[in-house]
Amino acid sequence: MISARLFRRTKELESQVDKFFDQLSEAAVIYRLAVRGYLRAGVSEEFTARLEHVCAKETEADSLRRQIEHALYTNLLIPDSRGDVLGLIETADEILSLFKSSLWAFEVETPEIHKDLNAGYRRLTNMVVKSVDELAAGCRVFFRSPHLVSSYNAKVTLYEKEADKISYALKKQIFSSESGLAEKIHLREFVDHIDAIADQAEDVADRLTIYAVKRQS
Amino acid sequence: MLFDPLVLLFLSSGLFLGWALGANDAANVFGTAVGTKMLSWRSAAIICSLFVVLGAVISGAGTTHTLGKLGAISALPGAFMTALSAALAVFSMTRAGLPVSTSQAIVGAIIGWNFFSNNPTDSVVLTKILSTWIICPILSGVIAIILIKAFKFCAKRLSVHMVFADAYKRIALILAGALGAYSLGANNIANVVGVFIPVQPIPPLTIGTFVFSSGQQLLLLGGLAIALGVFTYSKKVMMTVGDQLGNLSATAALIAVISHSVVLFIFASRGLEAWLSNMGLPTIPLVPVSSSQALVGAVVGISILQGLSAIRWMVLGKIVFGWIVTPILACFVCFMGLFFLQNVFGLTVL
Repeated sequence: MISARLFRRTKELESQVDKFFDQLSEAAVIYRLAVRGYLRAGVSEEFTARLEHVCAKETEADSLRRQIEHALYTNLLIPDSRGDVLGLIETADEILSLFKSSLWAFEVETPEIHKDLNAGYRRLTNMVVKSVDELAAGCRVFFRSPHLVSSYNAKVTLYEKEADKISYALKKQIFSSESGLAEKIHLREFVDHIDAIADQAEDVADRLTIYAVKRQS
Repeated sequence: MLFDPLVLLFLSSGLFLGWALGANDAANVFGTAVGTKMLSWRSAAIICSLFVVLGAVISGAGTTHTLGKLGAISALPGAFMTALSAALAVFSMTRAGLPVSTSQAIVGAIIGWNFFSNNPTDSVVLTKILSTWIICPILSGVIAIILIKAFKFCAKRLSVHMVFADAYKRIALILAGALGAYSLGANNIANVVGVFIPVQPIPPLTIGTFVFSSGQQLLLLGGLAIALGVFTYSKKVMMTVGDQLGNLSATAALIAVISHSVVLFIFASRGLEAWLSNMGLPTIPLVPVSSSQALVGAVVGISILQGLSAIRWMVLGKIVFGWIVTPILACFVCFMGLFFLQNVFGLTVL
């Protein structure tokens, strides 16, 4: 009877952890579609719907994070890895907040992005989303096969470096254009908004590497 | 034959030793599980007490028989002093902060009785006991190394989710703890009541068609004394052991407990002895071994896999020192105590 209760709680926790990382992967896909939509048609109905969708994912992830915290502490589950799991989920949750705040900034500040910059923004967004995708996959693997995490984290780092290169080139392109300084600074801020997501993904991946090494010892 | 109330007084030293054993050695079995919060102390104490009593009653006779061969104490006051001197040696060593083993203390005390009574110590039995004290931690370490390698091999291939792995570990800790408690009762009960068994201080008890011999009642009493020690005093020791082994992961802690339990079981199992004998293989002596040393052996085995620098040599040195001093101290205290009992109080000790 005790073991049945223990396995029911364990099953619930496993499902909550999986759902949390589902929210992260799905939010990344929707974020990419939202930025593409903005580059195509500005703050359109489609863009607003995507923004709301990302906000809903972020709220759902917050709720799951709280449920996981509650389950870990009240049911005394995984006592030796509890801190690591919570650290991982809290820092991964910040990526969802960055997705949301980035899209809010697009909606509120409506930057005017010239068509010749569209390709750069699209490539940057793609690279950032790829880094988050790999991170989410690495996080899932961490719970089952920690020895495989390093290959996922290597890809996160690779995509983050690529994102840095693209953002550098994009900023150069922005500041070499004919636009006014205020507009250039505005556009640069949006490059930083998007690039910050890959930076956060890399930070989480670094944590994940340490947690995986600890679990293998 | 009527029950003499004075018998209880003479048995008190053995029961005190049993209480001390329960208070200290239960921590070897469940300390890591309780210390790492994988199991509540209450659950651990209930499981531990139950299985200690079962182990003592069902499988405790084998090691008791070996101790009887080392020195057949024939008078109750003599048995009282032997158990008391072992308890005093354990108590003083614990006060001095040195790791201690009741098994070594009782063997030292019996040799003290042999010296006093001019009975020759059976060198074959003594060599058998001494060799197991060396083999026990080594065997425990080897089992721990094999288990941890096997665990890592399986964990890589099975890819069990972390939260499920945790649940399995929790159940495994309970099962290993139950086996450990059973083995502790079976193996170490000899330390508690072994010296009283040849004296037969309690008359046989008949309930219906069942007749409980003096030895069986003593094993039950000893088991209950150990269980009392678990319930009244083991909590603090369990928490301390949990903290001391804090550097170990939950997996390593589990493997240390399993290795310790297996070794104690091997040195107490009459069934295994009979099976090896039937197969024409050399048998494993049924000897009370130190639960603490079995656990330390397992921890050292696990540490070796992480590199020799992970071993705390000072702590190991202390353990070896305690190992040598405990039987000598118990032997000396027993000799002196018997002298006083015989010459000052005029009691028959031989």
